[in-house]
Amino acid sequence: MNKLWLIIQREYLTRVKKKSFILLTLLSPLIFVSLFLVPALLAIYTGKEQKFVAVKDDSGIFQLPKDTSERVVFELKTEPLEALKSSYRQQRYDGVLYIPAYRGTGEGMSIQYFSEGQLSLGTKSYIENRVAESLEAHNIQAFGYDQERLKSLRPSVQLSQKELAFNEAGELVETDKKNSAGIATVIGFVAGFIIYIVLLIYGTMIMRSVMEEKTTRIVEVIISSVKPFQLMMGKIIGVSAVGLTQMLVWIILTIILMTIAGSFLPMDQVAAQQGNNPFQQGPPEQALAIAENLELIKSQNWAFILPVFIFYFIGGYFIYSSLFAAVGSAMGDDMGEGQSLTFVAMAPIIISIIVISPIIENPTSSLAVWMSIIPLFSPVIMPARLAFEPPLWEVLLSMAVLAASAFFFVWLAGRIYRVGILMYGKKGTMKELGRWLFAKD
Amino acid sequence: MPILRLENVVKNYDKHTAVDHVSFDIPKGTVFGMLGPNGAGKTSLIRIITSITKADEGRVWLDGEPLNARHPEQIGYMPEERGLYKKMKVGEQLTYLARLKGLSAADTNKELRYWFERFDIKDWWNKKVDELSKGMQQKAQFIATVLHKPKLLILDEPFSGLDPINSNLIKDEIRELNSKGVSIIFSTHRMEQVEEMCDHIVLINKGKNVLEGKVKDIRQQFKDNIFKIEYSGELPADLANSAFDLHSNTDREITLQVNESGDSNEILRYLIQRGVHIQSFNEILPTINEIFIKRVGESN
Repeated sequence: MNKLWLIIQREYLTRVKKKSFILLTLLSPLIFVSLFLVPALLAIYTGKEQKFVAVKDDSGIFQLPKDTSERVVFELKTEPLEALKSSYRQQRYDGVLYIPAYRGTGEGMSIQYFSEGQLSLGTKSYIENRVAESLEAHNIQAFGYDQERLKSLRPSVQLSQKELAFNEAGELVETDKKNSAGIATVIGFVAGFIIYIVLLIYGTMIMRSVMEEKTTRIVEVIISSVKPFQLMMGKIIGVSAVGLTQMLVWIILTIILMTIAGSFLPMDQVAAQQGNNPFQQGPPEQALAIAENLELIKSQNWAFILPVFIFYFIGGYFIYSSLFAAVGSAMGDDMGEGQSLTFVAMAPIIISIIVISPIIENPTSSLAVWMSIIPLFSPVIMPARLAFEPPLWEVLLSMAVLAASAFFFVWLAGRIYRVGILMYGKKGTMKELGRWLFAKD
Repeated sequence: MPILRLENVVKNYDKHTAVDHVSFDIPKGTVFGMLGPNGAGKTSLIRIITSITKADEGRVWLDGEPLNARHPEQIGYMPEERGLYKKMKVGEQLTYLARLKGLSAADTNKELRYWFERFDIKDWWNKKVDELSKGMQQKAQFIATVLHKPKLLILDEPFSGLDPINSNLIKDEIRELNSKGVSIIFSTHRMEQVEEMCDHIVLINKGKNVLEGKVKDIRQQFKDNIFKIEYSGELPADLANSAFDLHSNTDREITLQVNESGDSNEILRYLIQRGVHIQSFNEILPTINEIFIKRVGESN
């Protein structure tokens, strides 16, 4: 036990102390948070460059916006354009906007902005929109329409879902169901992909490490002190601790960074700004949609999803890392030769990621149910289905099968590993691997 | 009591028998040579002794006890193909290997300091293994093998790839350890080293023990009664006798083989009687190399 602990420590410390690990672990949350924050910051800070604009309106239809706090403050001027052009600076304006006479409905309009400075894209489209709004209002009036009645031509339509279920008394009851299919899809994909990527990364890490020990022959020195199974388990557990450390640091750092960033940026303002952000070309409803999605994300049953996700992460990790350890032990000195073996270990994960789309589209199909019970696929498939609230018995059955299989695969891999690490030269064939299973010590 | 006793040890792999009823004793405190051509079963035997694998049949005792789980800590093993973690620092690596052998952290530290001073390599502690030259790596590997003060040291081709200076250094260390009572199994193809270093040998071929004993006894056992004589004066013209055959006759030096019934004194008597002045008289014993080739040839 003491020796197993020594091995775990070495496997853990040598990886965690690597510069590449430290950089990746610390920088990833920074990158993630800045990816999220930079657009918000841009929206806010570009929004704050307030321009004072003198308006020379020859059309006579420009209406000053009601809210003056926006990015541009307009002031109507009666002086001739040429006089304004030469004196706007002294009058403390940033520039002069010239609106020519309006030629009539159906015609476009070309307006001009005179200034020494540049307009940001956002401010430019803000000015265009204000002028266009004025023209629209003018046209509606000119045609004799009532603006309010025009709006009523297209009322908004909203669909709400009611979930049907029988209560304990056997009565049919309906409850409001939040429209969470979209969010569940996103959570499903993210969960599936995280496990897929982690299994591949850490699986190949273990495989390489086993191969390194075999090709440098240090394995002989070590297994003259400890049992091969101890060495393999030490490696698997040590590397899993590396993975968990990385995830934990990521989660904690992300939360801390988000909190810090959040204290600088009131989030409601960010959402409001994003709604108005002209770069997004979207309607202001986007802000609402973001807020609504955030609500939906929060309303997921995380107390169920997270622990189960971690269970599948660990179970899948043990299955695949032991498979990769066995493959690594069967490799020859030449990595290229072993491609076929590596592929055997990778194939089930790759299949899972291929079928993840149809399964998320139809999370109750028999494909989905079966794949989430077969232990080679379930670590990717079941987490992808969790947000769709699969029946509890399916989850429990799948978890039980996974746990039992994890033990089985670790045992199986240990049988192959103990023989494989002592075989030098050529890589083992599948047939040989089968024989190693039953070889004596 | 021998440090190691093997009794009818058998190890079968898939299709062949790697070790076929091998028995021998390794007397305590000796340097014991384990010889054999490639693929003879030496590595299989070593793996059984180091508990890496188990014998299918037969029994092994270490220092009077049947092989058990604590014994690996009393054995130091240096495989032929040297291996250390390339990216790990020398100090950390040796500490790790010693701790795996059951040495406490404090003892590990003490022993490491002793060896680093002895080999004058204190500045290696924080160097990564792949920053060291091959010879330096072998020194580190040697330290890893002996750090936990094993009773029995198994060295597989310990001098391969070493330059003469490092070779001598390791040889001196082996002798030093041996003088402190450590028993040493020395597996090699280099027969001149066997004669130089070993007291006892065993010769393995095709998984079988074909020859075993003290080096001196074996050379006596395989001697062909050949003598080399340096002389002055004139040899008799009819140099022939029923007691011996003349093998060569060069300038002032002859070699003779005494017939089985004969006696070496008879040669001397014969030559002295004929007025030959003898300057030296030596028996020529076969080298271990010659015995090795002969026995392997016979058992094939």
